Amino acid sequence: MNHSQEWAPQAIQAEVDALKHKPGALLPILHALQDRIGFIPEAAVPIIADALHQTRAEVHGVISFYHHFRTTPPGRHVVQICRAEACQSVGARQLEAHAKARLGVDYHQTTADREITLEAVYCLGNCACGPSIRVDDSVRGRVTPEAFDELIDELQTRPLEVMG
Amino acid sequence: MSVRVYVPRDTTALSLGADTIASRLEREATARGQPITLVRNGSRGLSWLEPLVEVDTPIGRFAYGPVAPGDVTALLDSGLLEGSVSHPLAQGPTEEIDYLARQQRLTFARIGITDPLSIEDYRAHNGFCGLEAALQREPQDIVEEVKASGLRGRGGAAFPTGIKWQTVLDTPADQKYIVCNADEGDSGTFADRLVMECDPYMLIEGMAIAGLAVGATQGYIYLRSEYPLAKEILDEAIRRAEQAGYLGDDLRDSGRAFHLEVRLGAGAYICGEETSLLESLEGKRGLVRFKPPLPAIEGLFGRPTVVNNVLSLAAVPFILAEGAEAYASHGMGRSRGTLALQLAGNVRRGGLVELAFGTTLRTLMEAFGGGTASGRTLRAVQVGGPLCAYLPESQWDMPLDYETFAEVGAGVGHGGVVMFDDSVDMAEQARFSMEFCKVESCGKCTPCRIGSTRGVEVIDRIRANDNREANLALLSDLCETMVDGSLCAMGGMTPFPVQSALKHFSEDFQRTANGDRS
Repeated sequence: MNHSQEWAPQAIQAEVDALKHKPGALLPILHALQDRIGFIPEAAVPIIADALHQTRAEVHGVISFYHHFRTTPPGRHVVQICRAEACQSVGARQLEAHAKARLGVDYHQTTADREITLEAVYCLGNCACGPSIRVDDSVRGRVTPEAFDELIDELQTRPLEVMG
Repeated sequence: MSVRVYVPRDTTALSLGADTIASRLEREATARGQPITLVRNGSRGLSWLEPLVEVDTPIGRFAYGPVAPGDVTALLDSGLLEGSVSHPLAQGPTEEIDYLARQQRLTFARIGITDPLSIEDYRAHNGFCGLEAALQREPQDIVEEVKASGLRGRGGAAFPTGIKWQTVLDTPADQKYIVCNADEGDSGTFADRLVMECDPYMLIEGMAIAGLAVGATQGYIYLRSEYPLAKEILDEAIRRAEQAGYLGDDLRDSGRAFHLEVRLGAGAYICGEETSLLESLEGKRGLVRFKPPLPAIEGLFGRPTVVNNVLSLAAVPFILAEGAEAYASHGMGRSRGTLALQLAGNVRRGGLVELAFGTTLRTLMEAFGGGTASGRTLRAVQVGGPLCAYLPESQWDMPLDYETFAEVGAGVGHGGVVMFDDSVDMAEQARFSMEFCKVESCGKCTPCRIGSTRGVEVIDRIRANDNREANLALLSDLCETMVDGSLCAMGGMTPFPVQSALKHFSEDFQRTANGDRS
């Protein structure tokens, strides 16, 4: 996830205008904004409300109802750990504790270097090969604490490769 | 001619390195002067063998798995491209793998065999035969066929699909909708994902048939946002189906229309409940609606709407192509056809097992699953998702059938089977059920919203041995209140795993949270 910080009102307006004609357009609009910006900026709320003829409170209510939508910028990568039963049965609780200790953050928090945001997720549909985690849009299976550490090392060294 | 090699690209195979394997195979085979034709197929559903690499030979496809990227060189050395069976990962002819050969694949007949996005592949394997048949028939005829098949909602509620369709057909309206519930949020279930990632045209075909049956011209697939790959594959499949005339304004020159769009959920488990799902599709918070009115009469945007699970809709093409009897001849009692079981959790051989209703859990977990992955004793199994009971060994010999399970307060649900070994703490699992409900409750009704929070607190007190007996009584009482007083299955069924843990694993509530198991 490499989102720019461009969220000028015009850019938000353009995304909203492209989708506002759809029946039940609010979720598609919120997804489009979050995919582009990485989160839903506060400035988007009145623009969306105006376009859909809803109140700001209604739009805010929808944003806050769904776990997926965030109102603050995430780290460069979002790591989700599956907390659901199938993964619990093969060690997800231990993995979760390990991940929090390794990253020094709890769920919904971002590491101090802004590299990784840690989130919980309830099932990634990879239930025969757990514990599972999702890194941005890719799912990893049978994640041991050691595999998790390797992955985090990999994620945190990537910027050097880009700069080289 | 170059050899065809298959490397799956479903989420499970990818989660275990399938992309790296595919590129290494291509590169190394080319370097050896034996360039291959690489096909990115779907998964066969044999998750324990993923990534499962297959090679075309004159006598059929041969399988190798589970392949790790580091195995590629040795596999090629051993003669993988000729179908050699000398490498320890060689599984022989794919179709003869016991786990697969013993299944009754009606709905999942094609998965893993075809390239999921190839319409040619789909047609070559009986694809779109059901839709072609439906286009020749009257709406009422199609509904009768589905009724006669005995198909019941595979999402968990098991309501007869044909009856639901009849209600929508009989309700006059200027616009009707087909909504596919693809919010597969139950832990231990991945059959919907396999349909969407490995055989997307089957779902598209099923929805188009439903549209023809009830007079709906617009369909939505409400897909959970946790499945980005399914989104990508479905979007592309819909685009190609439109180009080929299987979706759009004029289905195969019949003059009949059906349009389809994928809509993403946003991480709310409750949106798997059909009325909450409809609210979400309308762009609102996913609050559960009161019923009546039924969605079949006043559903999406107030119009008559069929809301069916992925697996229900995916079963429809077979029924229309082969006839209701071919489907109904499988199964037992009032549970007709096949059930897509998903072996998950602490299991040695996890994966998709499609069987006629009537098999036992023990057969499934032992003959197919091969016991626990940890090698420890199997202790508890949760069938049907986080809102269903934990079953102890005394209940593993019941036949899998909606009625039999309902009699003992258990559920078949969406067919997920999550196995736990003897290291499990059932009081901890009971606490999690309440905690999950607390996180995911939509908040509309009090028993669910407040009951789940209180449930976590009471279980914490029990585990801390704080006035234990009184709190156990309080927990039983709370569970009853939630079951009887909640608006939907979220609050109404969350107590089931808790009550089953209390009933069958009561010893786990007599220890402290950090106490040792003797």
